[in-house]
Amino acid sequence: MRYLPHTPDDRAAMLSAIGAGSIDELFVDVPSQALLPENLDLPMHMGEMAVESQLSAMAGRNLSAGTAASFLGAGAYRHHVPAAVDHLIQRSEFLTAYTPYQPEVSQGTLHYLFEFQTQVAMLTGMDVANASMYDGASACGEAVMMAQRVTKRNKVILCGGLHPHYRDATETVTQFMSLEIDARPPCPPGNRDQVADMAGLIADDTAAIVVQNPDIFGRLHDLRPLADAAHDKGALLIAVVTEAVSLGAVTSPGEMGADIVVGEGQSIGNALNFGGPYLGLFATRQKYVRQMPGRLCGETVDETGRRGYVLTLSTREQHIRREKATSNICTNSGLCSLAFCIHLSLLGETGLRQLAQINHGRAVQLADRLADVDGVEVLNDSFFNEFTVRLARAAADVVAELVGRNVLAGVPLSRLYPDDPYMANLLLVATTETNTDADVAALVDGLSDILAGVPA
Amino acid sequence: MSAIYFSEDHEWIQVEGDIGTCGITEFAQEQLGDIVYVELPDPGRGVAQNDEIAVVESVKAASEIYAPVSGEVTESNEDVADDPAKVNADAMGDGWFFKIRLSDPRELENLMEKAAYDALVAGQS
Amino acid sequence: MTDPNTIVTSSGHRGLDLAEPLIFELDSPGRCGVDLPPAPAVENRLGGLERQAPIGLPGLSEPQVVRHFVRLSRNNFAIDAGLYPLGSCTMKHNPRLNEKVARLPGFADIHPMQPMETVQGALELIDTLADWLLTLTGMPAIAMSPAAGAHGELCGLMTIRAALEARGDGGDAREVVLVPTSAHGTNPATAAICGYRIEQIPADDRGRVDLAALKEKLGPHVAAIMLTNPNTCGLFENEIVEIAEAVHAAGAYFYCDGANFNAIVGKVRPGDLGIDCMHLNLHKTFSTPHGGGGPGSGPVVLAEALAPYAPLPMVVRNADGLELVENAFESSIGRLKGFHGQMGMFVRALSFILSHGADGLRQASEDAVLNANYIMAQLQDLFSLPFPGPCMHEVLFDDSFLKDSGVTTLDFAKAMIDEGFHPMTMYFPLVVSGAMLIEPTESESKASLDQFIASMRHLGERAVSGDAEFFAGAPYLAPYRRLDETQAARKPVLRWHGGAGEAEAAE
Repeated sequence: MRYLPHTPDDRAAMLSAIGAGSIDELFVDVPSQALLPENLDLPMHMGEMAVESQLSAMAGRNLSAGTAASFLGAGAYRHHVPAAVDHLIQRSEFLTAYTPYQPEVSQGTLHYLFEFQTQVAMLTGMDVANASMYDGASACGEAVMMAQRVTKRNKVILCGGLHPHYRDATETVTQFMSLEIDARPPCPPGNRDQVADMAGLIADDTAAIVVQNPDIFGRLHDLRPLADAAHDKGALLIAVVTEAVSLGAVTSPGEMGADIVVGEGQSIGNALNFGGPYLGLFATRQKYVRQMPGRLCGETVDETGRRGYVLTLSTREQHIRREKATSNICTNSGLCSLAFCIHLSLLGETGLRQLAQINHGRAVQLADRLADVDGVEVLNDSFFNEFTVRLARAAADVVAELVGRNVLAGVPLSRLYPDDPYMANLLLVATTETNTDADVAALVDGLSDILAGVPA
Repeated sequence: MSAIYFSEDHEWIQVEGDIGTCGITEFAQEQLGDIVYVELPDPGRGVAQNDEIAVVESVKAASEIYAPVSGEVTESNEDVADDPAKVNADAMGDGWFFKIRLSDPRELENLMEKAAYDALVAGQS
Repeated sequence: MTDPNTIVTSSGHRGLDLAEPLIFELDSPGRCGVDLPPAPAVENRLGGLERQAPIGLPGLSEPQVVRHFVRLSRNNFAIDAGLYPLGSCTMKHNPRLNEKVARLPGFADIHPMQPMETVQGALELIDTLADWLLTLTGMPAIAMSPAAGAHGELCGLMTIRAALEARGDGGDAREVVLVPTSAHGTNPATAAICGYRIEQIPADDRGRVDLAALKEKLGPHVAAIMLTNPNTCGLFENEIVEIAEAVHAAGAYFYCDGANFNAIVGKVRPGDLGIDCMHLNLHKTFSTPHGGGGPGSGPVVLAEALAPYAPLPMVVRNADGLELVENAFESSIGRLKGFHGQMGMFVRALSFILSHGADGLRQASEDAVLNANYIMAQLQDLFSLPFPGPCMHEVLFDDSFLKDSGVTTLDFAKAMIDEGFHPMTMYFPLVVSGAMLIEPTESESKASLDQFIASMRHLGERAVSGDAEFFAGAPYLAPYRRLDETQAARKPVLRWHGGAGEAEAAE
């Protein structure tokens, strides 16, 4: 077996050195009835060619977004990742390194984590950021728990524009704690509570209010009034960003007064990967740094005075504080954060701003073309690269029909809000720099035909 | 005349009149290693004996500090908050954490005097 | 003859040891490492929220970026470079085939919210992996979505609490979780998030859970026990069946931390031992890369009693094919993260599993256990072994052999770096003083192990002979000397400061 170096002679020599007659003597502590006498009834080992063939067949049964006209968003976005990124993250010393607990031989990892933390702080307009979390949704749950620690209050308001996965993950992780979550009903454009109305809900016992920008429907909000309202009552504003590229064009949550910013970093450096692995971004103000969950990398010097980096403030973490830890998290999303760091290093200030302008500009053009299609109504006044349209028919059905034309038209909101009849005809459409003019034509023409009842 | 008492959790309290100055012992600072952060109580705060009153962090450990007596915090040592290394340098002196006005001096009877504490430390070393 | 140590270069580089600043220190404003087309000339619809202030990101060209990260990488130790004997981390070889198949567009370039009929292959992959994991563990149900081991622990403990509440035995009645003194820190942290109080179970002098002490602690106030098996001392809990029976008799559940599954894959099914749920670490046992600290993946196998409470989403098979159940699962504890789970790690893990097959997986476990016992046999005369063997896939030494030498476990570990090895896990578990937990994995050849053993013996003899000053200054030959962790914690500097963006940031 190609991954196992020992020959039968090796094994015999080692058993002899140990003084054991057989390998099963080393398993003597296993209750005899539980020690399996032979291989389980599963396939035997396979060579590379066979494994590749089996997995390629499975992969072949998926429609990859690059082979269709793809307009899917809802918290995961298809961007072009430069070839250098994937090449660099596959270097052995990045791919097969462990957590940098021995800093003298981990300065590669620690150095880029310091750069990553700086990049995230800059993008979000905040003072400090951690070395990443599992994903945006779980980071949101962690932010809410942190707000409870900081304010010593138990009530949290989740605005209606928060991605349902983020809302659900936050409710799940806090369900056995003393936190009370008030998850507001969803607020599609032109309907129900808007962000401005949320200010009235903040009370003296509110720990935090959580607001997404751009929201799940793609709308942009000025968070300043909400930040002021929260601070007036001693509560924290937690801002959520699910499309990291938006930070290249939209005023940062930090500038608008957020106390904690969480988000999804997948858009920068990381492929869609059917939903994971992604990376959670987490940033906050300097004064809250000791309450921040997750790994932190800090600057220091070695014995010769040379600048270097180490994991620090570890006494907040589970391996030391145990039941009093800020979180139980024992990892970050290392390789994904490296990919983010490299991609953002290639883009730089100019590139990120231009990429964001391309995304937004193409979205504006797409919205205008869709608005001209009979049976399509664009609901957003404001958006970055994603907006909500109302269709004359159930969105899920239209999307299913468009698959037949090799178009992945967007995410029907009924998938995210299955029990809400208002959402049935709403479709979330996202576009990025990867959509071509042919993609746009396919979507526009396809929608036009389907809504007019023209067969495929 | 001031008197010094010790708790089993390696805290000391030096009492003069009805004010006690509190800190962690030499043994405690050695066990913790380089102190990196101290979280001190706000003056004016009332505590009962054995309430959690402060936190001291080193690179490898974090420890709760418990009030050796009941009373009201009158002062916290800002010097130690700014420069936690003082706790390592002089745990029994300049590295004090907070002062407390005792509400019930009889509680001092629950604490150890120096000889008993030294014996405890010798047993743990 | 010139002594290399006295050479001072003008560049700051030293031969192939190339010094590299932060990207922010390589900035040239306006420079860019990608070529983008012009943005469409349209009026924006950003609602007046255009970002005016500079972000502060540096501008570099592609050659500079590539050189920067290549230089950084060369300061890292890695499995591909050498032996990483980190106990409980399972630093086994990460097959490159895994990377190739994970990058097939049919896996990497699919969006999680595509219509399900367009991703049947992805659902099939998740289902196939799930089947393998169920068969290997002998359990009936599995939750695939947790993102890492600690996340899986949270998932498992939450299903336990949900199950107890459903039978009217909820948090007020059963408020305690029992955890051995040797437990990993995530265990009590997880229990606290679930609203439980921890009580500790002591170990006996054989390094296992003291069954009598456990039975005394069990009662109607106990919700669950969290046990690692093999345990964090590298030993199989030989009374585990009795432990499970006692826990169940008291009406509690048995959570098993599966971090050490690498010792027993294909040899023992945890389901046969009486556990109720167990998380798996795909990044340990199933070779998905550690990536410098993640991403991981922590699926959780569940007993029948806990299956109804599994988190969303779940892959199920119905008449039309495979489907993701995202919403309609009432008893579920809910969703733990966005989307469906760590698909990229599922592909890699399945590639590893298919490559090994039933026979390879069993052989790998045997080799992992053989390797650890070989190390134990060759070092136990010199190093102090707190618990008698045989061990499983890892061996635990403590620092009693260093008593009076002036050398600590930390110093010893730093000296291993100069010998070309990553240090073993230090100071964990907490049940012994100055723990040294060594896990070679099945990927090490006999020659590699012999070299490691020889180095350890050399260092052990040197330490015991009282050469404390040498050890206190180690490492000498690594890219960096010992770093000041105290300074980093006293005056935390967690980002680069300077540049246009910071001056404009709010507050």
